[in-house]
Amino acid sequence: MMSAFFEALQQKFGARTQSMSAEREDEVYLLVGDPDIRAVVEYLRSELDARLVTVFAEDRRFSERVFYNYYVFERKGETSYLIVRAPVQPECPEFPSLSAGLPAVNWQEREIQDWFGLKAVGHPNPRRVALHDNWPDVHPLRKDFPLETVLPPFEGERHIYRPALGEGVFQVPVGPVHAGTIEPGHFNFAAAGEPILYLQLRMFYTHKGTEKLFEKLPIHKAVFLAESISGDSSFSHGTAFCHAVERAAQIEVPLRALIMRTILLELERICNHVADMGAIATDVGFAVANAHASRLKEMLVGVNEQLTGNRLLRGMVCIGGVRRGWDAAQLGALRAAIDAFARGFQDLLALIDSSESTRDRLEQTGILRPEKAKDLGIVGVAGRASGMDLDVRRDHPYAAYSRYTFRVPVYQAGDVSHRMQVRADEVRESLGIIRCAAEESLHGDFRAQVPPIPADRCALSAVEGWRGEILHWIRTGPDNHLERCKIKDPSLNNWPALVEAVQGNIIADFPVINKSFNLSYSGTDR
Amino acid sequence: MFKILQKTFATGIVTTKYPDEPAQVPEGFRGRPSFDFERWKDARPAADVCPTGAIFVCDEGGSRRVTVDYGLCVFCGLCAEASPDQAIRITQEFELASTDRRNLVVTAKYRLNADHTHQQLIEMWCGDGDVEAGVKSIGQKAREQIHKLLRRSLAIRQVDAGSCNGCEFEIVALNNPVYDLERFGIHIVASPRHADMLLVTGPVTRNMELALLKTYQAMPEPRVVVAVGACGISGGIFGKNYASLGGVDKVVPVDVYIPGCPPRPQALLHGILLAVGRLKGKLLPDRQK
Repeated sequence: MMSAFFEALQQKFGARTQSMSAEREDEVYLLVGDPDIRAVVEYLRSELDARLVTVFAEDRRFSERVFYNYYVFERKGETSYLIVRAPVQPECPEFPSLSAGLPAVNWQEREIQDWFGLKAVGHPNPRRVALHDNWPDVHPLRKDFPLETVLPPFEGERHIYRPALGEGVFQVPVGPVHAGTIEPGHFNFAAAGEPILYLQLRMFYTHKGTEKLFEKLPIHKAVFLAESISGDSSFSHGTAFCHAVERAAQIEVPLRALIMRTILLELERICNHVADMGAIATDVGFAVANAHASRLKEMLVGVNEQLTGNRLLRGMVCIGGVRRGWDAAQLGALRAAIDAFARGFQDLLALIDSSESTRDRLEQTGILRPEKAKDLGIVGVAGRASGMDLDVRRDHPYAAYSRYTFRVPVYQAGDVSHRMQVRADEVRESLGIIRCAAEESLHGDFRAQVPPIPADRCALSAVEGWRGEILHWIRTGPDNHLERCKIKDPSLNNWPALVEAVQGNIIADFPVINKSFNLSYSGTDR
Repeated sequence: MFKILQKTFATGIVTTKYPDEPAQVPEGFRGRPSFDFERWKDARPAADVCPTGAIFVCDEGGSRRVTVDYGLCVFCGLCAEASPDQAIRITQEFELASTDRRNLVVTAKYRLNADHTHQQLIEMWCGDGDVEAGVKSIGQKAREQIHKLLRRSLAIRQVDAGSCNGCEFEIVALNNPVYDLERFGIHIVASPRHADMLLVTGPVTRNMELALLKTYQAMPEPRVVVAVGACGISGGIFGKNYASLGGVDKVVPVDVYIPGCPPRPQALLHGILLAVGRLKGKLLPDRQK
């Protein structure tokens, strides 16, 4: 099927497409001749209705005298990813930008500009995004930039925000240090009276060189770095990373481990969803609901710890499987907690539903329209509340998801209330998955023998974290190290959705709208 | 309204008794790795697998110096799995907060064998004193003081200086009904101007350095700073690089260090209470003026 597709592409674009190779059956690479892939992208999107999942770059100057840009596509109904690899010559470090027609890649193209020094020509807003304006002219992900480089002190203006002009229009700067216990980022509101006219975001305050650091750590240690990409998604990111390495090295993970991973991934989802539902209730003044939600969350965190030795599920996933098996007592504790949680969760939903004033604040607040969600490439919970029918668990099954049936909730309304509803639905589905998985016979190996990881293999892995689609793309290097590790947290896609959703809402509703997305700053900034 | 009250009464009290009673932690919980330095015959396998370099081996001439830094430890337990001599045991201890960074580091000096294993322990030390006086006793001391310390209220301003949000996950948990920080009169407040304590997470990114410094400067005196988690103490797995400064004390003076990745809520509470003691120390000289 893929070769027919390649022929169609070659007929249409001739010499532009150079070769096609399937690293594995669900991961196909298409090499094109030059960085201008606009026509190919246009064809894939309009003719085949493919979705551009992510864009990233790689510095291969020292082995192939070239940079590569990667464009990852997926298509409804097909489990395989198509990855278009476009060379960018070091003598002419630029590539045509796609952002004008495809706002979804706006930040990702600018990341390539900042981190690799490749210019996105024709970008509608080519300013820095991943490095702040007062950083010196460095490109940290280039191979000739050492990780430990000591940069000179800051000089000049940190970031210039667009002025908000007009009678009665004023600006409200918030952050990077916020009033609550949340991560740092700067929000600059332009408001006329109460309603927000325009929100400008300044992220990457928590940028800590993660992708670069992946190139330095031995692979088994890098698992712990993957767990620290976004703490609340430790297990999802850890699994995505291990999965990528396992694919690259063709390691077959025992079924027992796959089922255990599935259970833990769903536990992570439930924990965070219920906490978010409580937090959303708090932000509209319904603190009692949050007390119950955080109590329920704490119950699950306790189970996390019983199953993995860590409240955030850390130190459990490893290359080849998981580090420990579970005995009957642990599985019994899991089943008991799931049952108790399910009862408590029903009560919580009833409690929230009984509060008319809460419902009133959530409905029609912070609307993200489906067509905007599509343009911006919104994924995960926020995407599904705005008509984006995407779920990696169903579309590109990994771990043991193909063994279980579950529903993917999709709504069109796109307001806070529906982002809440998606979470509530997903919690119920996750409970079902865990119940089925915990009934399976969990015997046998839980960890495969891991051979030395072969060098120069590429692999993509995708995991539906509780926020949405997490992607890890790696190229292995010699001595159990990595040449490159690209991480895409769903938050990176979804921040622009917040900008869209707050427009016209009052500033007082910003916290609840923000919470309904609950994006990871660390996952974005890396 | 009636439903809400009904639910509240049906739920009952869920708050833990910690610190009045020891914390109940599940069996598999990975706390402080404990080292039997006498028995330890080779530190290299553990040092090789440690993701953050918390176990560090340095050979000089005929001797070997092994340092174990709880300020770098992410409590993954790999060291215990990698050591064939069973000299490392994962305990359930989590009350590891210290007012002195040096007390989190244990150093042991060994005579070296020809095959590069160690022969015998020559000496070991922790911070200024011996190991007993260092790491182990800290928890106890704080617990004895707790009742005396809790007569006052405390306002905390939290700053994320580049954490992965794992520490925030646990700091938020401190406010849930189970840990209920406010029962001690401790509040997390919105402004540094109202705060006695700065609770800082993350390795301090280059981009957060200025914000952290400004937040600290905005606080009235006396003030204490608590560095949370492996990253806050030492940079943790991120260490020091082009974007990360490698710990809170590179930017502001730190009074208490709380190890963990992340520290569990009780460990945070323990560290916060330890810092309350420091704050009291800072208050007294003022009054004597």
